Amino acid sequence: MKETPLSNCERRFLLRAIEEKKRLDGRQTYDYRNIKISFGTDYGCCIVELGKTRVLGQVSCELVSPKLNRATEGILFFNLELSQMAAPAFEPGRQSDLLVKLNRLLERCLRNSKCIDTESLCVVAGEKVWQIRVDLHLLNHDGNIIDAASIAAIVALCHFRRPDVSVQGDEVTLYTPEERDPVPLSIHHMPICVSFAFFQQGTYLLVDPNEREERVMDGLLVIAMNKHREICTIQSSGGIMLLKDQVLRCSKIAGVKVLEITELIQKALENDRKVRKEGGKYGFAESIASQRITAFKMEKAPIDTSDVEEKAEEIIAEAEPPLEVVSNPVLWTPGTAQIGEGVENSWGDLEDSEKEEEDEDGTDEAIILDSIKMDTGVEVSNIGSQDAPIVLSDSEEEEMIILEPDKNPKKIRTQTISAKQEAPSKKPVRKRKKKRAAN
Amino acid sequence: MAGLELLSDQGYRVDGRRAGELRKIQARMGVFAQADGSAYIEQGNTKALAVVYGPHEIRGSRARALPDRALVNCQYSSATFSTGERKRRPHGDRKSCEMGLQLRQTFEAAILTQLHPRSQIDIYVQVLQADGGTYAACVNAATLAVLDAGVPMRDFVCACSAGFVDSTALADLSHVEEAAGGPQLALALLPASGQIALLEMDARLHEDHLESVLEAAARAARDVHTLLDRVVRQHVREASVLLGD
Repeated sequence: MKETPLSNCERRFLLRAIEEKKRLDGRQTYDYRNIKISFGTDYGCCIVELGKTRVLGQVSCELVSPKLNRATEGILFFNLELSQMAAPAFEPGRQSDLLVKLNRLLERCLRNSKCIDTESLCVVAGEKVWQIRVDLHLLNHDGNIIDAASIAAIVALCHFRRPDVSVQGDEVTLYTPEERDPVPLSIHHMPICVSFAFFQQGTYLLVDPNEREERVMDGLLVIAMNKHREICTIQSSGGIMLLKDQVLRCSKIAGVKVLEITELIQKALENDRKVRKEGGKYGFAESIASQRITAFKMEKAPIDTSDVEEKAEEIIAEAEPPLEVVSNPVLWTPGTAQIGEGVENSWGDLEDSEKEEEDEDGTDEAIILDSIKMDTGVEVSNIGSQDAPIVLSDSEEEEMIILEPDKNPKKIRTQTISAKQEAPSKKPVRKRKKKRAAN
Repeated sequence: MAGLELLSDQGYRVDGRRAGELRKIQARMGVFAQADGSAYIEQGNTKALAVVYGPHEIRGSRARALPDRALVNCQYSSATFSTGERKRRPHGDRKSCEMGLQLRQTFEAAILTQLHPRSQIDIYVQVLQADGGTYAACVNAATLAVLDAGVPMRDFVCACSAGFVDSTALADLSHVEEAAGGPQLALALLPASGQIALLEMDARLHEDHLESVLEAAARAARDVHTLLDRVVRQHVREASVLLGD
């Protein structure tokens, strides 16, 4: 399915909001969305949720013969797939550009930075090495796929346990998980990608763009760092022109963010390890169903809603009642009809307010009664009894004025046809007047 | 690496250059008569060829046409004999795709696409010999080819690679230095304004050193600009002589 194009007013709204330093979900410029990490029952399986973006990571291993020019090193293989359930625009065969970009970035971030010790994956030099395969699947696309995918990959790798192997002379023994406990991989450091979105030719920048923000951005800068403040990868994409100090500033921000995220990952891994050791229940069914978070942060709405009720009441109290809605057309003479009242005469309003505060006698009400009748009267006979409309039939606005400048539609609640309801309708009018006088 | 010192005590690199020195650059414009624009560049032992067709009508689906801009289509290809070992590269493999995307991103930012709405500009780059700094050579060759084709650009796009060894930033890496596994940075720059069109970095580099590496790459790119500028002026002079101006 082709992607629904973004409407111009939505685009303008987003850009204006960014100029005023506001984001749709209430975050600040440098804030990340909530990150949730949950593990499956097998070692090496995890789901990472960055806001609503969800990535599933799975690590598996296999014994193969090594590459010819690297006989003593294991093989690492990364694959990210954009599942069709992630977004309607993802179709098999249609997403090639984005897919290539994301895969290459992940590969460079995780492989070239040597986060995993490949020498330790060697079993028999030149003959048998471990091939570690990391499969990432994007389950839901709500922006910033690369960050979520990099977190999922590194968490899955840290969580994974490979079967133990022992070499005695020429004999290689592969132990099953029952015989010997599986062994974790040796990981030097954890590179995490941080994305920066640029808007308005590089004037504004946001961290962790969500899907809407990604649609209106000019370009993206991805910086992958680890907690020792070593930069593993930098990649700028999109048509933006950057300046050197912008890049340096982004790298500083990335350093701070990566520290927070690494802490979170450690906590999540620790929690899971504890649960497994104590023999408690673990796996997706546990953590996702009961909404239990094995991560560090708690869900918190970014907008303060504590005084919403008071504010809402204030607004309602001070507001004026809505305009009267007259649905019935009024037939003046055969061939002409009137629906609604036309543009309100604002001059009349000023006089009204003064008048009302002065006189509160029944004259107003009587006239209001008339006007009510006029509005709701559908029968032509009624109209015949009133002089005004026939005499001044050319200008309807004048009719309004002469009939009842006091007939302030704001003051009158919705009218119905039956005259019986005139009585109760008087009361709200009175109330309003009194309120005005009080004010 | 044992036995291979990338930067000696006296400050000389493997091929005898200093830390901030570029390799010898030679370039020629207008190598092909049939194409709208073409250029050939040699940066040390890295040889790259670029050809530009356009702006012309959109080939393929009309639906891809952009109503207000031109479409820039870049394709990168690396010859099988370009590396030390003959390697057959399938045409659509990930690395070539990625290079093509990066070139497209670089040139979309530099070419004034607003002047040619609903049309397409093709840039084809072929690497004949890869001895390090292939991305930079491709970008430089493509710049010259685009200029040769007469397509209006904001400014030259000059690219250079940089690395970091022994707390010194190296400019214009050769294959040996790249294969050693240290950090490598590829930078494409518009020299007049100093704006970065593309920035790409691999392997671990501590954040504190980022500035010095960026600075070295930027300086090298500006040096490349001086050389390319000279090449373009020389070419124009030759062409005008032939026209009898």
